[in-house]
Amino acid sequence: MQLELRGITKRFPGVVANDAVDLTIGEGELVALLGENGAGKSTLMNVLYGLYHADEGEILLDGEPLVLGSPSDSIAAGIGMVHQHFMLVPVFTVAENVILGAEPTNSLGVINHRKAEATVREMSDRYGLDVDPGALVETLPIGIQQRVEIMKVLSRDARFLVLDEPTAVLTPQEVDEFFEIVAALKEAGKGIIFISHKLKEALAIADRIVVMRQGRTVAEVDPAETSEQELAEHMVGRHVDLVVDKNTVEPGPVVLDVSGIQVLDDRNQLAVNDVSFSVHAGEIVGIAGVQGNGQTELVEALTGLRTPLSGSVVVKGEDVTTASPREMHRHLVAHIPEDRQRSGLVLGFNVAENMVLDSYYDVPISRGIVIDWDTARSEAETLVDEYDIRTPDIDTAVSSLSGGNQQKVIAARELHRKVDLVIASQPTRGIDVGSIEYIHSRIVAERDRGAAVLIISSELDEVTALADRLLVMFDGRVVAELDPKKATAAEIGLFMLGSGESGSEQ
Amino acid sequence: MTTTVVAETVRVRATPEERRARLLSVIYFLLAVVVVMVFARGVEAGEQATFGLSLPRDRFTDLAWTFDPRLLAYLVAIGMVVLGGWQLTRGFGSKTNLVLGLAMVAFVLSFMGWAAAGQSFSMVGMLTSMVVLSVPITLGGLTGTMGERVAVINIGIEGQLLAGAFAGTIVGSIAGRWIGLAAAIAIGGLLGWVLAVLVIKYQVDQIISGVAITIFAIGLTSFLATRVLGVNQDLNQPDRFTTINVPLLQDIPVLGNMFFKQNLFLYVSLVLVVGLHFGFFHTRWGLRARSVGEHPKAADTLGINVFRVRYQNVILGGMIAGFGGAALTLGSTGRFEEEMTAGIGYIGLAAMIFGRWKPFGVLGAALVFGFSRGLQQKLGILGTPIPSEFLQMAPYLVTMVVVAGLVGRARPPAADGQAYIKD
Amino acid sequence: MTVGPTFRDITGVGTRLGRSLLVPTLALFSALVVGGFIIAVTDVDILRIWGSDPGEALSQTLDSVGGAYRALFQGSLGSRRALSETLFAATPLILAGLAVAVGFQAGLFNIGAEGQMLMGGMVALYIGFTFDGPAVIAIPLALIGALVGGAIWAGIAGFLRAYTGAHEVITTIMLNFVALFLTDWLLKTSVFQQLGRADPISKPVNEGAELPRIFGGDFRVTIGLFVALVAVVFMHWLMSRTSVGFQYRTVGNNPDAAKYAGMNVVWIYVAVMATSGALAGLAGSNQILGLEPYQGSSAFSSGIGFDAIALALLGRSQPVGVVYAGLLFGALTAGGREMQGSERIPIDLVVVIQALIIIFIAAPALVRAIYRIKGEEEGSSQLTSGWSA
Repeated sequence: MQLELRGITKRFPGVVANDAVDLTIGEGELVALLGENGAGKSTLMNVLYGLYHADEGEILLDGEPLVLGSPSDSIAAGIGMVHQHFMLVPVFTVAENVILGAEPTNSLGVINHRKAEATVREMSDRYGLDVDPGALVETLPIGIQQRVEIMKVLSRDARFLVLDEPTAVLTPQEVDEFFEIVAALKEAGKGIIFISHKLKEALAIADRIVVMRQGRTVAEVDPAETSEQELAEHMVGRHVDLVVDKNTVEPGPVVLDVSGIQVLDDRNQLAVNDVSFSVHAGEIVGIAGVQGNGQTELVEALTGLRTPLSGSVVVKGEDVTTASPREMHRHLVAHIPEDRQRSGLVLGFNVAENMVLDSYYDVPISRGIVIDWDTARSEAETLVDEYDIRTPDIDTAVSSLSGGNQQKVIAARELHRKVDLVIASQPTRGIDVGSIEYIHSRIVAERDRGAAVLIISSELDEVTALADRLLVMFDGRVVAELDPKKATAAEIGLFMLGSGESGSEQ
Repeated sequence: MTTTVVAETVRVRATPEERRARLLSVIYFLLAVVVVMVFARGVEAGEQATFGLSLPRDRFTDLAWTFDPRLLAYLVAIGMVVLGGWQLTRGFGSKTNLVLGLAMVAFVLSFMGWAAAGQSFSMVGMLTSMVVLSVPITLGGLTGTMGERVAVINIGIEGQLLAGAFAGTIVGSIAGRWIGLAAAIAIGGLLGWVLAVLVIKYQVDQIISGVAITIFAIGLTSFLATRVLGVNQDLNQPDRFTTINVPLLQDIPVLGNMFFKQNLFLYVSLVLVVGLHFGFFHTRWGLRARSVGEHPKAADTLGINVFRVRYQNVILGGMIAGFGGAALTLGSTGRFEEEMTAGIGYIGLAAMIFGRWKPFGVLGAALVFGFSRGLQQKLGILGTPIPSEFLQMAPYLVTMVVVAGLVGRARPPAADGQAYIKD
Repeated sequence: MTVGPTFRDITGVGTRLGRSLLVPTLALFSALVVGGFIIAVTDVDILRIWGSDPGEALSQTLDSVGGAYRALFQGSLGSRRALSETLFAATPLILAGLAVAVGFQAGLFNIGAEGQMLMGGMVALYIGFTFDGPAVIAIPLALIGALVGGAIWAGIAGFLRAYTGAHEVITTIMLNFVALFLTDWLLKTSVFQQLGRADPISKPVNEGAELPRIFGGDFRVTIGLFVALVAVVFMHWLMSRTSVGFQYRTVGNNPDAAKYAGMNVVWIYVAVMATSGALAGLAGSNQILGLEPYQGSSAFSSGIGFDAIALALLGRSQPVGVVYAGLLFGALTAGGREMQGSERIPIDLVVVIQALIIIFIAAPALVRAIYRIKGEEEGSSQLTSGWSA
């Protein structure tokens, strides 16, 4: 039994997510599919699972082409997917989740609960899953929830399982247990596609490793014949270094001092785990790392959007750990948010209105409660010129601006004051090259002026080119502090993936 | 691998549960005070109250409960104090709402004892009318539940009820009550379909769609009532559904009158409650429907047609509302009057929230609301000093209390109100 | 991936008036057509003729519909008195429409204008018959009272939304009913009730509090119209030229960005509801002080609060748009009365037309969304997210 994806191409507006990708997998085989975020792994798997339709290419089972118009087709073909974000109904029991869509019923549609539970119990025993069929899913720890997802897939006689970043949410203990289950599945003859960006794991359990980057497969290797180093290089790639004109500047006094902070995320899990660092005036500190390792929560804690669980944040000697966004603003902290359309801009407003989002309540924009739109508009026009924002006029809604120009609006708003600290989070995500260059030059200009700059980015090139000092975040911790001029991409990549020398994998 | 110890944060504000617990215990104490000051002290010594428990034509007649309202009031007050203390110190956990409900029942009983002091009052009559009044509320609540269980909010229930009432009357007058009933159900289903199309296919905001449907129904039925019914009175006199007495069961004291000497609409609504409960929680149909309401993406990935499930449920819900509307005319006096629903649709929604989106919960809540409306009518007869307008307000105030979460955080289906967008 | 018309598409918040005049006009036209159809098929006499003489039936139908709409026109625009009636009817509609519109601008759905009108009106009523003084003092006093009464009543819903997340749709609807019964009761208390009456009719207000007529005795338009227009100008100024309005609009557009910009989203909800309620309260005062016999009676808000929803949608939630929509609805109301009087067509048809306008606005908005006339805009496509925010 062999499953083959041949020449799969999938395009979205503006990007080719999969570019003529080939992948084969046989029974009892475990193929690890590695790649950074945006490499195209998830898209490929969604095609396999019938959620997307490929523009070109075909999928063959034992040489016979499959038509996968919807998940039902894939399920019928024996392909099962365990999603990274679980598709479980929290208020249902384990058994209900497993049988959903394929319920054991009598002719009238009445569910045979006992049979459902028995089936679950039997599967649980067979694969060593140890799950209680009657438990409510929302009460279960994540590791057990994942097993429920696996059971869903197995209960439909899946012969090939796709596991999407399965260990991303597991504790080390749970990871070990998970590998035992995977071994049992392999033994039972299931073909497994294991999607991850965790190199150690791939090397440990895969029979074959396929690396994707920017929509293409760039390597297919035998784990015994490769190393973490090599894999990291494939994943992260050798790019031409971005050239950024930077003078050396002597750093001044400490502006931002972060000490031992811990931050909880929305699920009340520890996202930032005892992070400490400082940023001096006249220096750019970069934080590299794969998205989802606590950077978002860290930035929220530093800008007043989230209160840290413990630890302290001090700006120019003043404790701002529990300050609100407006207070941070008053402390001359500028923030370019990572999600510009959600937090940074009001899409329905025009350029001028967006420019005053942070300053509308005080002089010179308003006296009392009256907003002086003339002043606001002329200031906006000045900024539009200065920052080279391409817009028909300042009355245009920012929703019609390109991503790059939207980002420039935010940059203009945040940076036109003489601030002491700039926090830029994924500042050039999704924007055109010209705007990228512009924003980078602005950031460097701030540094040269004497501001402290903290830039958080998952774009390795960007952060290595800009930063004077480079920190790497993984799993809520700072796992390395490097000199960007000396460290290689591969080296940094390893730390980003949790496999660096002095770092340890969680 | 050492695990870091998470530092303790100082809890500055009490959790919502703690706040609610404190609020509830205060309420219990206050109630105890009210009971003593008003229901005990407000009754003259020696006055007895009599609750009639049977009707003249019952099998067992002359059943009544005569008691001293002051005694009852003092007992209830003591109970309240105990409850208040228990709530404050130990809390009732998952039984909190049950206890609250029982406390309310006790409070109301002592209130009625006070109101009936020195008089005789047909308790069984009141309980019966409670059931009758609750029927359209139950049906409205079930309609709302059908929709919200698949994550569609239906504000148009009021309009659907009204349309069903009107259709039932006019068609019933022309072609007999059964055809009239069918017409009412069909019209309700039609309006349900309109809502579904607006909300599912065109993804128009669910609340705006519901409001538009209600306004339309109000306007059209009022218009037609004047234009057509006003001119042709004979179109406003359908054959009605009369009482059907269930043999044997009808003779049970009190309960017999309440539940077994009613018309078709009550019986069907009870069947619907049981049927929907079973359907939602024991059949494949129900499991899939609920999954669509809780996690449509998960349902979608398992091959369930989210859109079709939503259409079906919303249309079915509309049909139930049409039936409920018919209950107001064909199941009652038969006459249609403009805007006769008077907010029952919205009370039905409140019953749904109160009843935690479960059919039996809806029934329970509807009985409570029906009780308050029945109380308002009967108290007028007793001549209590409380103005009838305040009693009329009661269901609406209770609804607000419910929606504001004072009866605990109600958890609607997780995807409630959100359009499902397929990538 | 077509996203349906956003809440902002439908309510028109953020659109410029000129660009979107086409949609409301189409909606109105379609609604009138359907209305005409309804008139035609509900004339029982004509229906009976269809079977035997379709030609005659058709001509009678056209007569009937034609007559209805002619009366509609006559009653609203056909004479100076008609114009005065139109303006007179438009006055409270404009105020109530403003109330709902400001809610929409902040992303809130205020269905409680009816109740807020009642409460505001009651306060004005009380001041009206208690305070005996010249109009120059009595009227402003009463109006301010109405503002406060409406604001407080709506504030309850705003507060519940802010503190408990209870959705304002249900709370405002419930408060409507509570207000109705409360006023019924108040109108029967000795404080309010007119001497010698047993039904809920209040004492008349003192002469000083009666709103004077602008054009003299024959024409019913009062200075209430000016009050409404002043309110329009004020709201326009508030929403577009002050930091208060700026905050309202930001929250209505993107609560995340608002929070991020340091705005106190929770309390803005309360403030918006209070503003909305104040305007509705003014509308209610108009019903007491601007209308013979200058007294309160049961449900004196007479459905204007619900009309206001359609009004606000029609006017794209802009103050200026609300004026046009208010005039239109005023015309419909005045004409509707004529239609009822002379052609015996129940005025409820006007309600039907309003509902159709809402539905047709929601449907054409979809057309615009399909053709992407508004551009790549990302807004929440649903206002509602369940019963608790």
